[in-house]
Amino acid sequence: MNVIDLSKTSLREVNSRLQKLPKDTNERLWKLTSVHGEHACAVGLTQPIEVQIDGHIGYYCGGMNQNATIVINGQCGVGLAENIMSGEVRVKGNASAAAGATGQGGLIVIEGDAGTRCGISMKGVDIVVGGSVGAMSAFMAQAGSLVVCGDAGANLGDSLYEARIYVQGKVESLGADCVEKKMTPHHLAKLERLLKRAGIAADPARFKRYGSARKLYNFHVDNVDAY
Amino acid sequence: MSSTPFYTPPRWSATFDAHSVAEIHRAAQTGIYDIRGAGAKRRVPHFDDLLFLGASISRYPLEGYREKCGTDVVLGTRFAKKPIHLKIPVTIAGMSFGSLSGNAKEALGRGASQMGTSTTTGDGGMTPEERLSSKTLVYQLLPSRYGMNPDDLRKADAIEVVVGQGAKPGGGGMLLGQKITERVAKMRTLPVGIDQRSACRHPDWTGPDDLQIKIQELREITDWEKPIYIKVGATRPYFDTALAVKAGADVVVLDGMQGGTAATQDVFIEHVGIPILAAIRPAVQALQDLDMHRKVQLIVSGGIRNGADVAKALALGADAVAIGTAALIALGDNDPHWEDDYKKLGTTAGCYDDWHEGRDPAGITTQDPELSKRLDPVKAGKRLANYLAVLTMETQIIARACGKSHVHNLEPDDLVAVTVEAAAMAGVPLAGTNWIPGKSGM
Ligand SMILES: Cc1cc2nc3c(=O)[nH]c(=O)nc-3n(C[C@H](O)[C@H](O)[C@H](O)COP(=O)(O)O)c2cc1C
Repeated sequence: MNVIDLSKTSLREVNSRLQKLPKDTNERLWKLTSVHGEHACAVGLTQPIEVQIDGHIGYYCGGMNQNATIVINGQCGVGLAENIMSGEVRVKGNASAAAGATGQGGLIVIEGDAGTRCGISMKGVDIVVGGSVGAMSAFMAQAGSLVVCGDAGANLGDSLYEARIYVQGKVESLGADCVEKKMTPHHLAKLERLLKRAGIAADPARFKRYGSARKLYNFHVDNVDAY
Repeated sequence: MSSTPFYTPPRWSATFDAHSVAEIHRAAQTGIYDIRGAGAKRRVPHFDDLLFLGASISRYPLEGYREKCGTDVVLGTRFAKKPIHLKIPVTIAGMSFGSLSGNAKEALGRGASQMGTSTTTGDGGMTPEERLSSKTLVYQLLPSRYGMNPDDLRKADAIEVVVGQGAKPGGGGMLLGQKITERVAKMRTLPVGIDQRSACRHPDWTGPDDLQIKIQELREITDWEKPIYIKVGATRPYFDTALAVKAGADVVVLDGMQGGTAATQDVFIEHVGIPILAAIRPAVQALQDLDMHRKVQLIVSGGIRNGADVAKALALGADAVAIGTAALIALGDNDPHWEDDYKKLGTTAGCYDDWHEGRDPAGITTQDPELSKRLDPVKAGKRLANYLAVLTMETQIIARACGKSHVHNLEPDDLVAVTVEAAAMAGVPLAGTNWIPGKSGM
């Protein structure tokens, strides 16, 4: 394991080292210590390495990740793993607003709670939240799945496209064009697989599924009340 | 005497003019606002309201064809390890694949590359074709983040964070179902055929402090190599420019209300934002107040048509201009050659603006394979290159007449205004006086 002390090495150097690792590197395990809320940490990684971050981290941690596995032993700031393409980003604590924003693939696991706009504009990523999510989560979400083991704040799934939402607890309110949908065996199996992949213990049968009513997909004057 | 009957000709109301009456009828019949492409069509104070003074006894001109007048621009000198070098001060503005056909995007790349300038992606990601055809390509990071991916980010020569557009400051993109073909839908991760409304706010930052961190992230991902632009619609140019500088921009792109769009509500296009003429001086003032003029470069756009417009924008303090609508026209948009087809669409060459419908006779603002074929990317690219060459030569003609050996040496002192409004907005004297409205003077 390579250990980098962030009090001694600049963030630029850390990112650069991790980003420039060759494809066949055997330096696959990394640990960052003395972490103090740095922004844009471990962003733009491309290789299947594992980075463990010991401490609370700032904005956009794991941004645009490809292939790497990043584990944060702490809390994280806004835009966790924004636009993640593949790989996995896991937070042991809570995540701030816009976690997983626009993520295109891969897996994000937030073991604690997530703030507002979790999964905003998501485009294929799977997000599993052990706790609850704030208001406006999955706003304009296009593809992928958002799993919430706790409760969801107001306006869940507003202006949703084809993303799937599963919530175990209470939903404060649904946003425009977001409706509860039947949980089919197919969806149940998917949810079960997702929870397993995320390593979060929960009974899929207790979740409800939400998705787009697809009424706002084309402009129509009768829909103006929806906004 | 017999009284002759007196005929009073029908009189149009200046308020309820033909257009307003037709719009009320249309609204009443359809129940939906008008959506269209292009920029504001009404007259607003513009570069035409300014004149150059040229040389005189106190100023010495340069020989038209002999003496050198530089036109090159370097963008991104503040933080980027690899600033962009352009041969001419005219760039091609961001226009998405989706709003434009693949052939049109390729033609833009070809024409711009021939003339040594850049093109820009748009709200829909980067296509391999445009990366191949554009020597210098600016990659837009928009609120929608359609097709956003780090591989393309690293392939780009610069990154443009789009906060807003002059045609619709505060509005998101729009692409109607007719143009959401399978390829476009796939690039945007959307169902085929839906009316796509892009987000108007970025998903992961909300104010200038967050934007600063966002830019730091983009730089960290791209090894601090690429210039980062911030594009704003012209509304509060002084503050937006100052905040863009604070957020760490290398380049500020300022787009006036005349700026084109692929599709937006007409009411938005015509009534939100300010003319580019009114926006340049406050933006330059902000740069000067921060000691950043020429260190953070300023690109302006919105209704640039000819070399005089370019020269005036530069004289007011911009480093370069961007063109959208004019570039499409140069490719062949609104060409009278297609008049029969324009008539069938209920319009005429020069007025066609239903770019959102995807039925463009010239094959530019369409995804229809048959229509797209009408545009030959090689020939259209050559037309654009010709047009860019003319813009550049016209700019040089004016600069030499004002005695400048580089187009960037043009300055507000070279200009006067022919209307009081333009004098106030551009901060130059009304012609024949030394009166700048709003400033002290005689
Ligand atoms: C067809 C079309 C598509 C456009 N798409 C985008 C876009 O995707 N992103 C963007 O920032 N601006 C877009 N714009 C605006 C241009 O980048 C630019 O701001 C504007 O065209 C400049 O004004 P002009 O058209 O008067 O030259 C588009 C404009 C047109 C005409």
